[in-house]
Amino acid sequence: MSVAQTKADRIRVIVAKVGLDGHDRGVKIVARTLRDAGMDVIYTGLHRTPEEVVEAAVQEDADVIGISILSGAHMTVFPKLLKLLKARGADDIKVMGGGVIPDEDVVKLKKMGVAEILLQDTPPAAIVDSVRRIVAERGAR
Amino acid sequence: MAYIPSMDLVPGVLKGDTRAVARLLSRAENGNEEGRPALEEIFKRAGRAHVVGITGVPGSGKSTLVAKLTAAIRASGRKVAIIAVDPSSPYSGGSILGDRIRMGELVGDKGVYVRSMATRGALGGLARGTLEAVDIVDAAGYDMVLIETVGVGQDEVDVARASHTTVVVSAPGLGDDIQAIKAGVLEIADIHVVSKCDKPDADRTISDLKNMLVLSLGLQPHVPAPLDVGARKAARWQVPVVPTSSVNDKGIEELLKEIDRHGRSLKESGEIVERQAAIAERRLVKASEEMLRDKLEERRGELSVLLKELAARRVSPHYAARKLLTESGFGGDK
Ligand SMILES: Nc1nc2c(ncn2[C@@H]2O[C@H](COP(=O)(O)OP(=O)(O)OP(=O)(O)O)[C@@H](O)[C@H]2O)c(=O)[nH]1
Ligand SMILES: [Mg+2]
Repeated sequence: MSVAQTKADRIRVIVAKVGLDGHDRGVKIVARTLRDAGMDVIYTGLHRTPEEVVEAAVQEDADVIGISILSGAHMTVFPKLLKLLKARGADDIKVMGGGVIPDEDVVKLKKMGVAEILLQDTPPAAIVDSVRRIVAERGAR
Repeated sequence: MAYIPSMDLVPGVLKGDTRAVARLLSRAENGNEEGRPALEEIFKRAGRAHVVGITGVPGSGKSTLVAKLTAAIRASGRKVAIIAVDPSSPYSGGSILGDRIRMGELVGDKGVYVRSMATRGALGGLARGTLEAVDIVDAAGYDMVLIETVGVGQDEVDVARASHTTVVVSAPGLGDDIQAIKAGVLEIADIHVVSKCDKPDADRTISDLKNMLVLSLGLQPHVPAPLDVGARKAARWQVPVVPTSSVNDKGIEELLKEIDRHGRSLKESGEIVERQAAIAERRLVKASEEMLRDKLEERRGELSVLLKELAARRVSPHYAARKLLTESGFGGDK
């Protein structure tokens, strides 16, 4: 690793799995992809509540929260996350989602303020690009 | 989103505001020049917390134990900050920080702050900014700071030099015989923990560890008994071996008792003065190293000529270093 990397503001992403389904393979693959792109990835494990994720993201000073949802609860979980972040004065922390989400819901979620929704077959490079773009668009904070 | 100047974060930190703490901590971690005056201010306000280093081989149960220990400290009415350090990938510089997985139940408690840090290629097991992070949470009013680091040898030494109390965690059945504990690791422990004592081979790990301690340190380790009143009077700290099980909640109270007892012993024996001096020296060296690394990076372009000379053995490394230091404005003798 070059010393230069210690100097730049490193992107910090917190990845979490909300809800009851117990698969975290997808989350782990995303975590590895982002690590290999030079980011710090905080993994919080399975079955987190939106409250827990937001508090952890604030403590960790994450740039981005990445949520994986397979259970179909996305229309309740994402609005909840956005609301909690706002209430915490932490809406500089951007929310990204991944999993199985129908197109019409993707449109709605983005309108609500979810920064990006990546569907299950998104290639690794596109995931990395999305995170970088979201952080760049937010700007320094 | 506007940039908040680091100095403006200081009042929030001193009030214990989590957002301010978290933001300033990132500035420290990134080594931003802009954050220096704020960190200086924080440094002067810190110094109250009991700093406890917790180290041990990967998978020895540190994070699970830290979570349990934190619950016990909270029950005694104190606030706890946890700084969990994991290694960065040497290939990408990125990291996966997974210690929080074991600390899920702590997250709703306002008296607990958890921060994951990557080593980012820092030497000695401590990440860049870890010690500033300790200052920040200290100044924010956390009474006890737990630093979790993965260590398999000399790495632990840095943790010990930065902490008031160093806890080394060993576990049965990790394949690493207690014999595998490297020289230098036994010595840094103020307290030894044998975790996962719900496992059948734990007794062997405990007795192996005690034998090693007697052999290598000539100390008489003891397992703390509830009625061990005389121990406090002992002039010299006796390194205890505390068996714990995070699964059965065994030994956690005892561990906290030993940590507190060690904290008191430092003060009563006056050893705290030496520890503070050692920590100060460590920090001076670490800050100097970081400055030098930054300088090296900044000047990498101009260095190519000097590096060529060095590679061709026309100048010595010592000569080149002196030239670099002098030209970087660090002075350096003639
Ligand atoms: N049987 C038993 N297993 C435990 C105990 N404590 C932790 N473990 C298990 O040991 C494994 C590692 O636990 P962690 O707490 O993550 O260990 P760690 O030392 O923090 O690991 P790293 O941070 O990866 O070095 C997990 O599978 C835990 O469930 C215990 O008291 N008893
Ligand atoms: Mg751990």
